[in-house]
Amino acid sequence: MNKSKEQLLNKRYKAEQRFRLYGLSAIFMALLFLTIFIFKIFSTGYSAFQKTWLIVPVTFDAELMMLEQNPSNEDLQDADYYDIALKSMADLDPNANEDQENELKRMVSYFFEKEIKNELLNNPGLIGKTKEVYLTASDDLDQVFKGNYPRDLPEDQRRVSDYQLKIFDQLVAKGKVESKFNISFFTYADSREPELAGIASSFMGSIFSILVCLMIAFPVAVLAAIYLEEFAPKNRFTDFIEVNINNLAAVPSIVFGLLGLGVLLAIFHLPRSTPLVGGITLSLMTLPTIIIAARASLKAVPPSIREAALAMGASRMQTTMHHTVPLSMPGTLSGTIIGLAQALGETAPLILIGMVAFVNTIPGSPMDPAASLPVQIYIWAESAERGFVEKVSACIMVLLGFLIIMNLFAQIIRHKFEKKWS
Amino acid sequence: MNLILFTFIVLLGFTSYYFGRKKAYTIQSSNKRLTALPQFYGYYLAIWCAIPAFIIFSLWAIFEPTIVKLLVLSDYSNQSYLDDELNLIYEKTKSLSRGQFTGEITPFIEASAEKYLSLRSIAQSSKAVIVLSIIIASVAYAYKRISSNSRTREPVEKFLNAVLFTASLAAILTTVGIVFSLIFQTIDFFKVIPLFDFVFGTHWYPAKAFVRDSSEALDPSMYSDTFGAVPIFAGTFFIAFIAMCVAIPIGLMSGIYLAEYASSKVRQYAKPLIEILAGIPTVVYGFFAALTVGPFLKELGTSMGLEVSAESALAAGGVMGIMIIPFISSLSDDVITSVPQSLRDGSYAMGATKSETIKRVIFPAALPGIVGSILLGVSRAIGETMIVVMASGLAANLTLNPLESTSTITAQIVVILIGDQAFGDPKTQAAFALGMSLFLVTLCLNIVALRVVKKYREKYE
Repeated sequence: MNKSKEQLLNKRYKAEQRFRLYGLSAIFMALLFLTIFIFKIFSTGYSAFQKTWLIVPVTFDAELMMLEQNPSNEDLQDADYYDIALKSMADLDPNANEDQENELKRMVSYFFEKEIKNELLNNPGLIGKTKEVYLTASDDLDQVFKGNYPRDLPEDQRRVSDYQLKIFDQLVAKGKVESKFNISFFTYADSREPELAGIASSFMGSIFSILVCLMIAFPVAVLAAIYLEEFAPKNRFTDFIEVNINNLAAVPSIVFGLLGLGVLLAIFHLPRSTPLVGGITLSLMTLPTIIIAARASLKAVPPSIREAALAMGASRMQTTMHHTVPLSMPGTLSGTIIGLAQALGETAPLILIGMVAFVNTIPGSPMDPAASLPVQIYIWAESAERGFVEKVSACIMVLLGFLIIMNLFAQIIRHKFEKKWS
Repeated sequence: MNLILFTFIVLLGFTSYYFGRKKAYTIQSSNKRLTALPQFYGYYLAIWCAIPAFIIFSLWAIFEPTIVKLLVLSDYSNQSYLDDELNLIYEKTKSLSRGQFTGEITPFIEASAEKYLSLRSIAQSSKAVIVLSIIIASVAYAYKRISSNSRTREPVEKFLNAVLFTASLAAILTTVGIVFSLIFQTIDFFKVIPLFDFVFGTHWYPAKAFVRDSSEALDPSMYSDTFGAVPIFAGTFFIAFIAMCVAIPIGLMSGIYLAEYASSKVRQYAKPLIEILAGIPTVVYGFFAALTVGPFLKELGTSMGLEVSAESALAAGGVMGIMIIPFISSLSDDVITSVPQSLRDGSYAMGATKSETIKRVIFPAALPGIVGSILLGVSRAIGETMIVVMASGLAANLTLNPLESTSTITAQIVVILIGDQAFGDPKTQAAFALGMSLFLVTLCLNIVALRVVKKYREKYE
């Protein structure tokens, strides 16, 4: 067992290199996960920003619409559009039998009647004429057109029948299928039909919750931080508050959901499923984050500032309010934004206070029932329809976009406005 | 009405600020020495104007409904109604007074509705009168104090100090709120289900309790073998264990590399990139685990001839581990960086290579801090909800096979409480009992971890 010095040294150097490699590969692994993750979300999600339309000739037959001569605007509102809508779909295949006509109808969304109505309301002169109208394709055809749906499955395992595919292919060959930017994804509320589902309701829900959260958490947290950092005497009670804050920062978010359910809903009887309750729950959760950030940035203000103010005859309250707090604001604000970004991505507590309810209207105030973006992701991810997969990814992209913007904003505030004391 | 009164108080507050300040200037112009800066006179008057009014206003808002209800229902006190029936009568009265009542209108209820309306209008007008007279009284008092040029800065600052102190109580109130919301439901739960059955029972089927009729719900024998939480606890720790198997090696090694090897350039880019992983919402990880990792593992397992559930504990735990990597890497990076340079220098001087120094000198010195960061990571893994809800199973299997599906405390809470809940139902209470155990476990972990990290920091400061 007599190894020469060189051999031993070599072995040690090899071990050194190996160790270094482990470290490097650990970082590489972490970054690899991040890349796969982002790639996966983007590759499944980008297609949701396109929507497939069928261009169908519609004859606005006054008789079928039960319209009299020279109809007023109100008559147009109340007219019967279902029959002409049905007829124009059935006309796609003149030889269709009754079952096939039904299948033809299911090639477009159930909004088709409304879309035809809007076309006529925009242009009342169309009565008696035929015009090609853009109709939202059903989500299955939408997926087929985007290439997300395997066409070679046996027919009974597909949601699209061979017949529908045949007609659809004819339309494609005639250039009557078009893909356009999906505006309705941003302007529609949630829906059970993927082709009609949008994020407007959950987006507003998120905005309202975050606003409520900001309005409660920011003032309370800043005041608390000022007290603890500048005025609190060093005693048992202050220590107790500190331990409390540090613990709250690490309590699982779902426990805050139970708090919201057990106190806000069961005792105070606040309205269920609303951004108001969601915002209050989230504010309790972000409170410790903001307090910790605000305290750190108050601590970073050098004592010389305070001493100078005190020497000029300012009281302690004046010193704090006029000098220390304004100087600490950039750090506090960027901490607040980071806390709000966390709150924006939070799901579990909102589920417990009922913000998972199906909401197909866009909420107008924090007192209306709503979902939030992350909860919308959860709701869609649990849905069976294939069309929701890309919607989920697209919704994730919107959410991540917001988080990135908020974090960038926090960075900018920190770097632009924070004074460097040295 | 409330809104008008509220804005009125706020406006009065602002005006009294200007009056107070103006008074200070007039005192000054009569060549008297002010006791404080003029704006303190303004603050003093504004505080006296608005704060007593607000206190009365909010007390009124809290107690008015209860008192009105008591008065309305006092008519029924000679008849023997149950509480629930009285509540129902009161609800009917209220909806009748709003004109939304659709049922059969009895003379009793009509009389109550009239009484309710008149009481409400009396309450509203007397509230306005009382609030206004309070404002007048307190402003008069404060104005007299200002006019006699007595001290204003000290009272104003004392008031501000009290506000700051109250704000700092928010953290304690939140903790109290959490304990409060959990404890009553938990106690009720353990009245029906013995603690022993909950902690040591091995069968968890809360759905069984749900099917039963609520009238027979209080027979404890029916719930035996329904709320045994062992599979849940086991599943929670098992998934957390899988997560830590992923997170500890990768997180620790990247922390070490970033602290000891990486050039400042690599560090500048790699560190924030890794921390992005911590900023991604957990629901997104859950979707990723359910859509990509689960099916991938299933396919991989099938190709190797293994039976893998699409909702395996491995998928949930693995993705959870990725989420925890940045917590461990950042904290251990901080901890390692704060080990004094002299320890490194001493080791190098003895001829040790860098990795030997790290393994034999720095790692032992930093161990308490690293353990603390790992404990925080474990606490996060135990409390993580969305990944488990979306990617792991919802049925509680007692298994140690990572390829099968298991369930966790958090997932069960969500499963039970999603949708409408009936308070007082053992199933709902079970969720709160689970929440209580989750809170206690994470609380212990956090306290230990924070104490360890703090002790460690003090050692090298």
